[in-house]
Amino acid sequence: MAHAYQTDQYEGMIAETVSMKGHNGDAINAYVARPLGSGPFPGMVVIHHAPGWDEWYRECTRKFAHHGFVAISPNLYFRDGHGTPEDVGAKVRAAGGAPDARVLGDLDGANALLRSLPYVSRKIGVFGTCSGGRQAFLAGCRLKGLDAVIECWGGRVVMSKEELTPSQPVAPIEYTKDLSAPILGLFGNEDKSPTPEQVNQHEAELKKHGKPYEFHRYDGAGHGFFYYDRAAYRQEQAMDGWKKLFAFTDRTLR
Amino acid sequence: MCTMIAQQVKILGRGKSGPEWFDVREANVSYDHPYDLPLEHALNIDFVNEAMGPGARVAVELSVDAARQLVQTIQAVLAEADQRGVLEDCPVVPVPVRDPAAA
Repeated sequence: MAHAYQTDQYEGMIAETVSMKGHNGDAINAYVARPLGSGPFPGMVVIHHAPGWDEWYRECTRKFAHHGFVAISPNLYFRDGHGTPEDVGAKVRAAGGAPDARVLGDLDGANALLRSLPYVSRKIGVFGTCSGGRQAFLAGCRLKGLDAVIECWGGRVVMSKEELTPSQPVAPIEYTKDLSAPILGLFGNEDKSPTPEQVNQHEAELKKHGKPYEFHRYDGAGHGFFYYDRAAYRQEQAMDGWKKLFAFTDRTLR
Repeated sequence: MCTMIAQQVKILGRGKSGPEWFDVREANVSYDHPYDLPLEHALNIDFVNEAMGPGARVAVELSVDAARQLVQTIQAVLAEADQRGVLEDCPVVPVPVRDPAAA
């Protein structure tokens, strides 16, 4: 995609696995990528999708660094054991997903780590896709100190009573009134979770509470249209989505 | 994942993942995102042994039609075996873990 860097410009990046304090002070691992230099750079908490803390999310974390962010992607499945991202993700899938409270604690820890770094500016956003999109919205409503929320096709922001579980006891849409940052939402009109009707409900609730939001809905795209490693990938919609995403962060985080 | 439709059943059996067989103690059945089947959602079955960690897993991802046909076929095969008097069953209880070194 189009990028602000010029061909004669120096560019460097460091990316590595680190340890961080998550929910309840637990040590978990995280992947951090940042541009070389003293910054200050805006921060981005990158929430991996339900299939796991996988290669796409490492690349996504580096993509944010490439675009001038200090990006951190916490391993939200750290406590579920170790193995290939797919095997661990399948275990969490069978358990009905990661508990919301634990996820929020881990995201808060990632935000705190970013804020402690001397090369991070005071502006920090949160990005997530799939279940991570839902969790990004949840973080924007439940955590302090986030300046922008990017929710990509967050399924189950709208939940029926039957879908509520002890680990996910409240539908995130119920927290809309507490959203403390502008939100960008990207959705595919052929998605089954969230359906266009659920996105309508999500948008109506944001409007009702006067929250600054920007939703883009794409025809010809379903769930996960950024994922170039899956059949869901839609090149045209994905590239436009990234363009809108970085325009949004230019306004909210720089 | 995005549907979170998942159930677990305790089972008794053995599965093969790579060159080795291992005891499978649980089957995790979900209708959610598959990893490899090019569909948004699929009927996923993971035959696992939780005591052995996340890597002890034999996975299949099925289309809805394939899953329904599989269920019918399993029932039909069991019914035929029952009719012919060759069903051999044992309760779903933990069995001793097979030690590959002792084989």
